[in-house]
Amino acid sequence: MRPSKFSNFIFNRSVQGAFYQAITLSLVILGIYYIVQNTAENMMARGLASGFHFLGVESQFDIGMTLIEYSPTSTYFDAFIVGLLNTLLVAGIGILFATIVGFAFGIMRLSSNWLIAKIAETYIEVIRNIPLLLQIFFWYFAVLRALPRPKQSIEFMDSVFLNNRGLFLPDPNFGEGSSVIFYLFWITIIISISIFIWSKRRQNKTGITFPAFYVSVALVVGVFFAALTATGFPVSFDIPELKGFNFKGGMRLIPELVALTFALSMYTAAFIAEVVRAGIMAVSKGQTEAARSVGLKEGLVLRLIIIPQALRVIVPPLTNQYLNLTKNSSLAAAIAYPDLVLVFAGTALMQTGQAIEIIGMVMGVYLFLSLFTSIIMNLFNRIMKVGER
Amino acid sequence: MSNINKNMTPPVIEIGVLGWMRKNLFSTWYNTVLTLIGLYFIYIIIPPFLSWAFFDATFSGTTREDCTSSGACWVFIKQNMKLIIYGLYPSDELWRINIAYFLLAVSIIYLLIPNLKYKGGVGVFLLFIFPIICIFLFSGGLGLENVETRLWGGLFLTLVIAGVGIVLSLPIGIMLALGRRSKLPIVSLLSTIFIEIWRGVPLITVLFMASNMFPLFMPEGVNFDKLIRALIGVMFFSAAYLAEVVRGGLQAMPKGQYEASQAAGLTYWKMMSLIILPQSLKIVIPAIIGSFIALFKDTTLVLIIGLFDFLGIIQFVGTNPDWLGFSHEGYVFAAAIFWVFCFGMSRYSQRLEKKLDTGH
Repeated sequence: MRPSKFSNFIFNRSVQGAFYQAITLSLVILGIYYIVQNTAENMMARGLASGFHFLGVESQFDIGMTLIEYSPTSTYFDAFIVGLLNTLLVAGIGILFATIVGFAFGIMRLSSNWLIAKIAETYIEVIRNIPLLLQIFFWYFAVLRALPRPKQSIEFMDSVFLNNRGLFLPDPNFGEGSSVIFYLFWITIIISISIFIWSKRRQNKTGITFPAFYVSVALVVGVFFAALTATGFPVSFDIPELKGFNFKGGMRLIPELVALTFALSMYTAAFIAEVVRAGIMAVSKGQTEAARSVGLKEGLVLRLIIIPQALRVIVPPLTNQYLNLTKNSSLAAAIAYPDLVLVFAGTALMQTGQAIEIIGMVMGVYLFLSLFTSIIMNLFNRIMKVGER
Repeated sequence: MSNINKNMTPPVIEIGVLGWMRKNLFSTWYNTVLTLIGLYFIYIIIPPFLSWAFFDATFSGTTREDCTSSGACWVFIKQNMKLIIYGLYPSDELWRINIAYFLLAVSIIYLLIPNLKYKGGVGVFLLFIFPIICIFLFSGGLGLENVETRLWGGLFLTLVIAGVGIVLSLPIGIMLALGRRSKLPIVSLLSTIFIEIWRGVPLITVLFMASNMFPLFMPEGVNFDKLIRALIGVMFFSAAYLAEVVRGGLQAMPKGQYEASQAAGLTYWKMMSLIILPQSLKIVIPAIIGSFIALFKDTTLVLIIGLFDFLGIIQFVGTNPDWLGFSHEGYVFAAAIFWVFCFGMSRYSQRLEKKLDTGH
């Protein structure tokens, strides 16, 4: 018996597919419509106007730490920028320290020295299995809050002071002529990069090597100090001094910032250590042996064979950890460090009641960072992909 | 060369403890330096901690006046133990939580003992029947008195949030992963957008959204309590992460498995539920446990929206005027408990990984 035209139609794969998709899409649209409808009604009932007009209104609250000019007469948009910059500040410092500590522990864990490997393993297993929020609380409430008063500060080289008001550092003062040094520094960096590209090209063409690394280091450092001397050392340091009950001068990092950065770096470092270890172990032993057998020196084996291959494995999960650190910096809200979430999704939301706009903006910032990173990572993977046999 | 003594033992420093130390701790001069530095660090960290936590600590007593030694005051934890484990749950109803703790402990121990029968049955009980029992036990109904969720707290609340997150997010995660891998463009696009949005934002913003925006989404008069809103947020958040884990497993399946099941005439759902999912879930069990560990640690974030979970209660009892100044004890205790849970899970997953590895 031949199947009828109708059963031919309903058992056709693409027809079924279209049918299921139509159902899914209409369900999603109905759901969104339902939510939007309810939200509109609820907002009307509460007398809330939707839209972003509130961003231009005076915020009337102050923020404990700001990187740009800000006062209670500034607008909500300024508060948003202040919060965003504070988040980026914590993320930036955290990423720097987490990378250093993480690489150190990752390499230590692979050490041939049994004790060092065990210490690294213990650190990683302890830190990874304790919630980050608990660690932040510990460093903030149990350590930094319990520090002595400014008079009994913990000192370091008479210029760095740690007490319950925060961490006091010497503040660099850029006098006249320092901009020249600044520009010269960047120019030498650009020249160094050009030297690297040129030497690589020449080596590919002729096989003649050029000590690009040493030449560029000499160039950057030499020009830097030459410029410093020529302009008569325009950079001075403002060293914090104890006056009365608190320190004057210098740069003050509030305890919230110190605790948050410290906890974030220590926590993420444990994950980065595992990433680094996995990356180095992913390079098969045959690669090292083959490199040695063609007569490369130990340093070159590392630099030309192992590190490039390990980095290809390390970089994607490493950026993922950076992203995690940035997202985790939102835990700042728990210890009242004025980051994006606390300032904007906390205080500003409480005052204006514009839940949808504010949460949308905050989520948008993090989403943008995530998507941006994953685009960069996809590009990286495409460039670094090795042609497989 | 004929006078070699065949019975001569190897040099003392090549074998035994000394040989091991020479090889692993003092092989070169810089290894020796590293070992000494390491020993110094251990010396300045471990003995003071041990004497604080155990040797100089006070274990017995009822008030802070009993803590006269220089060490930790574990009386603080002992006196607040009921709050830490049960939250503000009414004292007369604590047996309900105890039954749940007991059932959970028995099932987990049963699953951990190797070579027992009916493990699958116990697993199904834990995933499907146990949660339903818990709903009635905890919130009331069927003749039990109602207990409001604002009284829930402590370790109990942490386990409830983690448990609900785990049980509900797995099926949603599997559906999302199937959706994202689907050949139907709209389904795949919608799943991808959903997954990427939840994965792209921090859990705190999700919880803020749950507590501030969900009430706006619902029609007038419908009001979820705070715990349920947080649970919904946690559930979607962890479902998105699980979806990516499951997708990894689906991608690891050889194409032949799909083609063979299609050739055998299986429909899509039969192919997935009988052939593909059982195999790919098995591959990713360690990764699933990994995301459960992450979820368990993340449950602490609910204290930011005002729920008193394990960590929240520890913060809370630390503000009690009778017990001010014992935050070290509280945090160390909480860290130890969390560590035992998380480390135990990660070790279990490593064991499973070895056991399930059937090789190809």
